[in-house]
Amino acid sequence: MASNALTLSLDPLVVAVVLAMALITFLTKVGGIWLVRRFELSDRLEAGLTVLPGAIVVAVVGPELAAGGPAEWAAAGAVLLVMWRTESILLALCTGVIAVVAFRTTF
Amino acid sequence: MELDPETDEYADSETDARRSERASKRTDGREDAAADVTPATAGPNTASTTATPTAENEATATEAAAGATEPDAAVTFDRDGLRAGFLKTIPVALGVGGYGIAFGILADQAGLSVIEAALMSATVVAGASQIVAVELWADPLPIAAVLVTTFAINLRYSLMGAALQPWFKRLSATKVYGSLFVMADENWALTMRSLKSGAGHGAFLLGSGIAVWLAWVGATIVGTVAGGVVGDPTAYGFDFILAAVFLALAAELWEGRSSLLPWSVSLATALVTAELVPGRWYILLGGLAAATVEVIRRGE
Repeated sequence: MASNALTLSLDPLVVAVVLAMALITFLTKVGGIWLVRRFELSDRLEAGLTVLPGAIVVAVVGPELAAGGPAEWAAAGAVLLVMWRTESILLALCTGVIAVVAFRTTF
Repeated sequence: MELDPETDEYADSETDARRSERASKRTDGREDAAADVTPATAGPNTASTTATPTAENEATATEAAAGATEPDAAVTFDRDGLRAGFLKTIPVALGVGGYGIAFGILADQAGLSVIEAALMSATVVAGASQIVAVELWADPLPIAAVLVTTFAINLRYSLMGAALQPWFKRLSATKVYGSLFVMADENWALTMRSLKSGAGHGAFLLGSGIAVWLAWVGATIVGTVAGGVVGDPTAYGFDFILAAVFLALAAELWEGRSSLLPWSVSLATALVTAELVPGRWYILLGGLAAATVEVIRRGE
């Protein structure tokens, strides 16, 4: 494992895992368009794949928030509100970080 | 993939007017399409007579050969498309930079060096999976969990890539797969918007991808270095960045009532699994449970 971010260390194992991630990701990116010339995806399977991004995002954030407390929950509400109103990820992100610091000193 | 009627009309009018060399000069077809729509007199047969590709009138030939009946009729792969994609993506790339800084900070917390984090951003080019990967990062490295989760999170790109096929049909494999390397959620969305408008910029994805790639890699380096300087991340709320990023993503991905069932299934599965199983397998199980339920639901 790399020990310090400010060093320029390159752990061979880390490099191998990163390159494996890169290969897997590239295969997912090109896999669909490669397949689509050969097979017709069933509507059911396609519908199943379509819900994956949202479902995975929820699966990441749910337990993460459950492990937090009222400050995190309130800040989460602020992120959603800003996102809903402005659709700006950057603005929502900044609001969330500022809100969580503010709420942690409040609660 | 359904055909966009606007695209067809636009391509027809272009064929009629024989102004197709100029097509690639247009920045965006949306307004032009409305202005140029004339009764489509040139059918597939008329157009095919002119299909003699040469270096100079390649755009004309490609467009005419397809008879403007398919979305790829007017798609060319050139410098103008590359530039259009790059320039139109700059504002979005700033937002991507925000993610990149968050990723860099998380990568630093996970113990990656600047060069390792930058390598990951430069070669993987898929934000959400990278953020989850560095969340999984531990000593010893959970290699299987990292790779399987990367695959699961990025599986959506297969569908997104496949959606480009109607426009990319006539582009060479090198151009298609090269462009897909820099495909991320943000520039895919902008590319679909451009292609559907009928602008015919086959290189839009590559141009927008380069803009995203530069912002992503640059911001990763900034974030990793800043993370090393910052120290305790909770004091600045940086530990909340992951949750905030994914909440913002969730708000974007929410599609109304159709999302309710799969998201509930995923959330419930993830919460229960997180309690019972060590590690981060709950992410994968939550996603798979949602996909399974959706497949079953569609079968009924």
